[in-house]
This record gives sequence, C-alpha cells and structure tokens, in this order.
Amino acid sequence: MSNRRSPWLTLFTFGVYIFLYAPIVVLILFAFNSSRQNVVFESVVNKEPCGVFYWFCALTNNSDAIDAAGNTLTIAITSTILSTIIGTMAALGLQRYTFRLKSFSEVSLYIPIVIPEIVMGISLLVLFNGIFNGLNNAMQLAGDQRLGLGLGTVIVSHIAFSVPFVVLTVRARLHSFDKSVEEAAMDLGANEWTTFRRVTLPMIMPGVLSGAMLAFTLSLDDFIITFFTNGPGSTTLPIYVYGLLRRTITPEVNALSTVWIMVVLIALIVSRRLQRRAA
Amino acid sequence: MGELAVELRDVVKEFSDSEQIREVVAAVNHVSLQIHDGEFFSLLGPSGCGKTTSLRMIAGFELPTSGDVLIQGKPMGRTPPFQRPVNTVFQNYALFPHMTIGQNVAFGLEMKGVPKAEIGPRVQEALAMVRLPGYDKRKPRQLSGGQQQRVALARALVNRPAVLLLDEPLGALDLKLRKEMQLELKTLQREVGITFIYVTHDQEEALTMSDRIAVMNRGKVLQVGNSSDIYETPNCRFVADFIGEMNFIKGIIQAQAGRSATVGLDGGLTVHARCEQSIAAGTEISVAVRPEKMNIDSSAKMDNEFQGRVVSIVYIGTDTHYGIRLAGDQLVRVREQNNTPGSRPLASEGAEVKVSFAAEAARVLTA
Ligand SMILES: Nc1ncnc2c1ncn2[C@@H]1O[C@H](COP(=O)(O)OP(=O)(O)OP(=O)(O)O)[C@@H](O)[C@H]1O
Ligand SMILES: [Mg+2]
Repeated sequence: MSNRRSPWLTLFTFGVYIFLYAPIVVLILFAFNSSRQNVVFESVVNKEPCGVFYWFCALTNNSDAIDAAGNTLTIAITSTILSTIIGTMAALGLQRYTFRLKSFSEVSLYIPIVIPEIVMGISLLVLFNGIFNGLNNAMQLAGDQRLGLGLGTVIVSHIAFSVPFVVLTVRARLHSFDKSVEEAAMDLGANEWTTFRRVTLPMIMPGVLSGAMLAFTLSLDDFIITFFTNGPGSTTLPIYVYGLLRRTITPEVNALSTVWIMVVLIALIVSRRLQRRAA
Repeated sequence: MGELAVELRDVVKEFSDSEQIREVVAAVNHVSLQIHDGEFFSLLGPSGCGKTTSLRMIAGFELPTSGDVLIQGKPMGRTPPFQRPVNTVFQNYALFPHMTIGQNVAFGLEMKGVPKAEIGPRVQEALAMVRLPGYDKRKPRQLSGGQQQRVALARALVNRPAVLLLDEPLGALDLKLRKEMQLELKTLQREVGITFIYVTHDQEEALTMSDRIAVMNRGKVLQVGNSSDIYETPNCRFVADFIGEMNFIKGIIQAQAGRSATVGLDGGLTVHARCEQSIAAGTEISVAVRPEKMNIDSSAKMDNEFQGRVVSIVYIGTDTHYGIRLAGDQLVRVREQNNTPGSRPLASEGAEVKVSFAAEAARVLTA
C-alpha cells in the first residue's frame, strides 16, 4: 500500500513535463505549418517538393543555413576535442601535483563559469582585436591578408569557456580515484604513458565523456560569446537564427530547430551509451 | 646463506611537508638491511614507523633522500618501478576495476612482451596456484575481499619476480581468513622460492610466517633476527615490549660478572639476570622477564625467588594469568599453563605465594 503515490504527485509530474516539453512540441509542430506567417497554425503543409516535409526541403536549398550548420558542427567538434584534452590534463595535474599558486590556479579555472557570459565575450573580443592589431601592424599586412575574427577565434573562445566544465567533471571522477592502481600498473612494468592509456584513462572515462558532452552542448547553443567573437564566414546557427528572427520567422526556422534538436538528442544518446560502456 | 636479494645501505627518507617546507620528517632514518635470496623477511613495527616507506623505496615508488637500495646486487638509483625486478601486493589490492580477473593477471606478462600463446596458460596456472581457477572472466568487484587478495597475489606472482613485496596484504581480512591466508602464503612462498618482503604490524603474523624479522620503530631498525631471537633475546626495551607480553622490573645494577648481573630492586630485593653489555654499577635499568617464564610455588630451586601476594587471577582456558605484588611493591604478571587434567588455580586471590624464575630468563635492558 505504501507504494500508492498521491494522485497530486502524478499530476504535478505531468505538469512539469508539459511545462518543459510543450514549447518543443509546438516548435516541431510549426515546422509542418502551411502558412509562411508563423503565428497561427493553418494546416499541415503539403506542397511540392517533399510534401509534408516542404520546409525541411526548403532548408536544404538554403545555403546560408547549411553553412551556419557546418560552422556550428566544426566549432563544436573541434572545441570539444581540444577542451576535453586540455581539461582532462588540467584535472590530472591539479589532482596529482602540489605546486605554488595551486589554489589560485584552481579558483581561476572556475572564473569563466561564474562571470557573466557577456563580460567574457567582450573581454575576448578586446583581447583578439588587440592581438590581431598588433600582428597586422607588425607584419605589415593589408587588405585581405589582415588577420581578423573568424572560425579560429570562435573555437578558441569556446575552448576557453568549456575547459572549466571538463575540469570540474573529470575532477569529480578523480576524487574517488585510487592512486595505488596506477602504482600497481607501473609495478607490473607499464611505463607512464601505458599506465595512462591502459589504466588511468579507462577509469576516468565516464567523467571525461560527460565533460565532453557538456562541452559539446555548450558549444552548440552558445550565442553570446560567439556573437562577440565571430567574423566573416563563421556565422553559427544561433547567430543565423537570431538574424532571421529580426526579419520574418518562417516555418523554415522551425524545421531547422527540429533538426537541431534531433542532433542534440542523438549526441545525448550516444554519449550515454558510451558512458555506460565505460563505467 | 645465499645471495642478497635486496640490500638497503644506510637509507634515509625525509618527506618535506609541501605546505610548510621547513618541516622535515624522517620517515626512514639510516636503515641498513640485508635480505637473502628465497627468504621470508618481515618488517614489523607500530603504525607510522616507516615500514611502507621502506617497501616503497624498494619498489621504486619513492626515492631515498640518501643511501642506496640494491636489488640482486645492482644499485637501483633512480630506476623507475616498471624497470625493477620486483612486484608488489598492495594493502588494498589495487586491482584494475575495469579489467577482468584474467586481464588483471595477464597485465604484467603483456607489459613484458610475453607471447600471447604463452600468456593464457600462465594466467590459468597462476589462478590455479591461488585456488581461483575459472574466475578469469569475472570483474574484481564480483569477488570477496579474500578472493581479491588472492588475485592480487596471482597478478604479482605470475611475473615470477625476484622479490615479492607485500604491504599488510592480510590487513583487511577477518581473523579466520587471515590465519588461513597466512598458512597459504607461507606454503606458497616455500613452493615458488621467491623472496618475500612482508610488512605487518601484527607481531603474531610476523613470528609465525617469517624466516627473519626486522623490528622497526620511528624510522629505525632496532633488531633483526629470526622469530625466537626476537622473542627470547630482545636487544632493547622497545622490542621486548612490542613482541609478546613482558614484565619490566625497575632496578639498579649492583654488580656484574661477565654476562650475569646482580640488580637491586625496591624493598631491598635483589635479582640475578643476564646482561649482554657491561653497565656501570649504580645505573638504573629494567629487568625484563616473560610471564610464562615465572613460576608460582615451584618446588625447583631457582636463582630468583620472591614472596608476593596474588592480586588478580584471570582464567583463559589454556593458561591462567596471575597478577602478583612482590615485597618491594613491584607488580608482575605470571602465566601458568593448565596442562594437567582438571587443572585448578595454583593460588587464590590474596594468597601469599613464592614467585621464582631462572637468571637466564631475566634480561637487563637499558633503554
Ligand atoms: N607522502 C608522505 N608525505 C609526508 N609524510 C609521509 C608520507 N608518507 C609517509 N609519511 C610519514 O612517514 C612516516 C612513516 O610512514 P609509513 O607509511 O612508512 O608508516 P608505516 O610503518 O607503513 O605505518 P602503518 O602501519 O600505519 O602503515 C609517518 O610518520 C608518515 O606520516
Ligand atoms: Mg603502511
């Protein structure tokens, strides 16, 4: 009998789920709207080409959207790989060694998490502009040769805000890590690199994977920092959609968002699979 | 005596407390040891005396601050752990949790580049040796503590190291299992003939298993010898006190002739005892006598005989322990074996008794 839950609890749970998912359902629904004006749902679109999936097909002809999607993925994948490597190494270093300014470096790592994104965006912009100005002047570059904001600066910025999250998740995993297991590997003849590859890394893999997943999703949907640090040819999906919103919202945007949600969902499922295998 | 398997030459290990660089702790303080090939050698001492640190310096996890570690006659210098011909069984087993038992045991062989075809049979052989055949597909967390312990042993032994280092390998097991494993370990060591260096703070464990024991305290080795040397002829008060039970009777040297000394006790009593070093008359010393080497109301004539009053009796089955206050107010403990059918206590509480022991059974200890 004690297993009977209160009906209110069930109701409340449903309420929370509706609150969370109703917007997403509506968003997906409007991707099938027949009206260009994305305010009321007229009827399910059924136009050539592609019938019901008219807006999805329209998307494939939209080179701006495809470029933006490509940029977003390039940036997300590159920054995820790099920030996972850097973050994992930092976490291991912080765990293993004591050095001067250790607590300072620990605290400073977490600053990007707590400072407002807009502040970080502005400071990165100032930094990049300073560097590029200096370099352009020093190397006397002109016109097209001049270095400036682009994919590179966005990737560097994304790495900057992702690394602390990776460090955080990997350190949580390292907290329960028994150093004598590494010693056992060395004792059995494994050098430092083999020990890391065969023992340390597999043992912290779940932490590394969730760190990577965090970095990936943070990068995918980052708007503010990307807004400040992107340049010609490095427009990402959030920036592109924001640009569209200022003009007209067509169901194309909804179709785009639907695809986007699917990608994130797949990434989530894959990472959970990997994590379960690693644990 | 065979070749030396491991030698420590005047080894010192100081840890500088990283927070306050000024504070320097000598965990191991000028230790020299010679451990022979095929020997079961124990490092015995209380918590924090430097046993683990000594072992870790042999394994290569720590480098000595000064002094040398030699393995099979070769100075180890800064040789990393993975290049030393020793293997370690860790106190908490330190099995690789993400690998199966088979992969755990195969790890060392793989690292050595043993051909694949040879690894399988050797892993099976090692698991059979520790009585865990057929467990190779399991994960460490699916085994009990005692089984994990044996896997750790198999993982180390499969490499056929010159020396096996064991850091309190039975510490986490319950008493019964510990006793079983003690016997197993000792048998195994005889069979494989590998030198064992065994760290323990359990004196009984050390006494029953070891060929020789080094008793350590505060980073120093106080005495090295076989079990009976250590028990019968402790060379200092710490060893006498740490191993087994001991009566210490305070006194002053009155006279010494060769190895026998006459010691004056409170209350005008004198005791005849063995004395290994020459000590000036008038020096304050302790006379150490084991409780089981004292007798109550014995008819045999002994070198030392005292009157005393029984103040406590504890019956523990095999023995009865008597607390007896001597005429000079010294409290001694006497242990009598209950070795006759239907043994009854030799005296009752409050009774006046005669306590006697041989001069050979009493030792003069300074420190
Ligand atoms: N990494 C370290 N840093 C600082 N001090 C240390 C370190 N390792 C050991 N010590 C100190 O060295 C001394 C000896 O330690 P060790 O671990 O060798 O003792 P032990 O004899 O193995 O004790 P136990 O029976 O408790 O395991 C202790 O006082 C300990 O605090
Ligand atoms: Mg220890």
